[in-house]
Amino acid sequence: MFGRGDYVMYSSLILLPFFAVIILNLPLRAFMRKAALWVSLFILLMQICFIVYPAACSFSNSLDIFGMFLKFNFVVDNLSRVLLFCIGVVTLCSILVEKYIIDDEERLFNFINISLLLLAGMNGIVMLRDIFSLYVFIEIVAVGSFILIGFNKDIHAFEAAFKYIMLSVISTVMMLSAIALLLILAGGTSFSVLSAALKSSPDTLLVSFVIGIFLCAAFIKAGLMPFHGWLPDTYSEAPAAVSVLLAGIVTKTVGVYVLIRVVNSVFGFDDPLKYILLVVGAVSAVFGALAALGQSDFKRMLAYSSISQVGYIIMGLGCATELGLAGAVFHLFNHSIFKSLLFVNSAAVEFQTGTRDMNKLSGLAEKMPITGTTSVLALLSTAGIPPLSGFWSKLIIVIALWTAGFYLFAMIAILASVLTLAYLLSMQRRVFFGKLGEGLREVKEAGPEIVIPALLLALILVGVGLFFPFIINAFVFPVGNILGG
Amino acid sequence: MSIFDGITLFSLVAAALWTVMTRSLLRSAIGLALTSAILTVIMFRLNSPLAAVFELSVCSGLISVLFVSVISLTHPLTIQEVIQHMKERMARFWVLPFLVIAIGITLILFNIKPEIRLPAPETVKDVRVVMWNLRQVDVMGQIIILLTGAFGVVVLFKERIKK
Amino acid sequence: MHLFWSFSLFIIMVFVIGLYCIFVSYNLIRILIGVEVLIKAATLLIIVAGYITGREALAQSMVITLIVIEVVVVTVAVGVMLGIRSINNSLDARRIKSLKG
Repeated sequence: MFGRGDYVMYSSLILLPFFAVIILNLPLRAFMRKAALWVSLFILLMQICFIVYPAACSFSNSLDIFGMFLKFNFVVDNLSRVLLFCIGVVTLCSILVEKYIIDDEERLFNFINISLLLLAGMNGIVMLRDIFSLYVFIEIVAVGSFILIGFNKDIHAFEAAFKYIMLSVISTVMMLSAIALLLILAGGTSFSVLSAALKSSPDTLLVSFVIGIFLCAAFIKAGLMPFHGWLPDTYSEAPAAVSVLLAGIVTKTVGVYVLIRVVNSVFGFDDPLKYILLVVGAVSAVFGALAALGQSDFKRMLAYSSISQVGYIIMGLGCATELGLAGAVFHLFNHSIFKSLLFVNSAAVEFQTGTRDMNKLSGLAEKMPITGTTSVLALLSTAGIPPLSGFWSKLIIVIALWTAGFYLFAMIAILASVLTLAYLLSMQRRVFFGKLGEGLREVKEAGPEIVIPALLLALILVGVGLFFPFIINAFVFPVGNILGG
Repeated sequence: MSIFDGITLFSLVAAALWTVMTRSLLRSAIGLALTSAILTVIMFRLNSPLAAVFELSVCSGLISVLFVSVISLTHPLTIQEVIQHMKERMARFWVLPFLVIAIGITLILFNIKPEIRLPAPETVKDVRVVMWNLRQVDVMGQIIILLTGAFGVVVLFKERIKK
Repeated sequence: MHLFWSFSLFIIMVFVIGLYCIFVSYNLIRILIGVEVLIKAATLLIIVAGYITGREALAQSMVITLIVIEVVVVTVAVGVMLGIRSINNSLDARRIKSLKG
């Protein structure tokens, strides 16, 4: 069932961007600068196609040559597929947004190269089953993010980048210490070896200590409270396309996915762990929503909203049931899509109006119809309004919490949902509806490079919401089945 | 573990302490190189020669060069500023040696030494075999991160063209 | 086993030194030096783990990879710091607190 052709395809998810970067930097300058955009779009479309139509992309056995040279241990299961799809879609949108905003070909070329390397890093994270290699690829993504945050070289972006570097390094050191202690306990670094050793180890105190350190490192990376200090600054001050990338997929991959995968495959669910996840998730969900209520910069509000939604995902994970896990992954997918859509539209608004202050923006819907409509769809989905996709994933998480017996947490989830509704509706009313603000008379709709990603994301959003009865069997439950695998 | 190991460990902590507490940035960078060198000796004693050599050449060498070149870009302070700065630093940093010694003594007194069960011994002993055959993904990752670093240098270090 | 606990005592002390340096320093370069000290402590922990379990080969390849990563991270951090310096004209960490977080 795991043919040679698949193996080549999985490795190519890392090798293709890598070789593309090498080829793009060969000495044919002018041609390469123009080709870069198309090459990157091609690679990303191939990645999306691989997930959606795997049969069309299998290579024949004649490419077995690769198997002789390279022995990458990549494993792709349903959870990885979901994330690979999101990575492809969000990176595609991010590159298109950057093309819209930057005119300078040289800088766009650098952006595309770094994005391709970031793509290779993220693909690696979701396909690996070895904790040290996971760490290496987490660092690849981290370094790429540092560079991209400081891409426009303004002082606020540098400050945000520096804060992010500091917290990322602390997370790195904690993860390394955990890996070293796991080496002592288990003698290896692959997930199967680790999980066998942790289950049968008599040194329970040390095992709890190691799990605690690793969880803290992952919480820092995922931006959960109380380790969220870097997130609002980074999301709001980074260049627009980079915010799309960070909010849409980077934090999800290096933080949330790592947490899901490692807790599932290595640590196993015991009661203290479940309660830690539930409490951290609940605190993030509620306080993230509360903090979002008071913001006037709309990117910052979206950043706090992200913290809140990731709190939801972690609460779903903390249920430790199949339904909870399925809900968590589904919400991760939805959040990826609608948060990217919101950031793409905020890039459009920022570029066309020149400001991010919500007190100055109003009535934009009549000037920017497509942006307005897609934003409204995304905001409704985040708030959990049926029949959009966000409603279904939140419902599954609440049901999972209730049926697992965590009644208090289910009620906290519903409370956070109400708060989310409050701040999102207020933002929507302020920015898009109402009277057109002064100084906004010349605002036009954004160009095709932003409208196309926005429409694509909105299409996915609405499609998943409307076709949910089909999706729930084909998509949601198979993911839940990875529990214990 | 012999008395020699004990001496090297103490000197490691002492070198790290000096690196952090010394006033001048240049001496800090040199202290970092010294700490790396002592770490190299410890790694040799722990049967890890390849990693020790790597640490010596890269951390003691490359990173120190990097730090010294960055430090040389900052402007020097005047004498009054130096004395003022030194007093301020001491006010913040004098706690550290006592803190470190206190933690050391507390941990010794705790004396928790539970036996950890160790895993079965491994068969592959050669670093080269491990690195190139078993851990190819890591090597791939190293190459990718080096490329990313190269682009980072191109993006961040180039002066912005003033329009 | 006695060996591991003696080593980890010193490793914890170096961790504390590095953390203190990061949190108390005013100069960006010194913060970076504190980061380096932390990573050295983690390196030593990995090597000790390799020694007492007999897996020196695995620990060494981990450390070699780690050193490469460390160099790249330090380089990028220096790049960001130089960017801050070229705008603020100083490397004082107290002057980069304009964001509320």
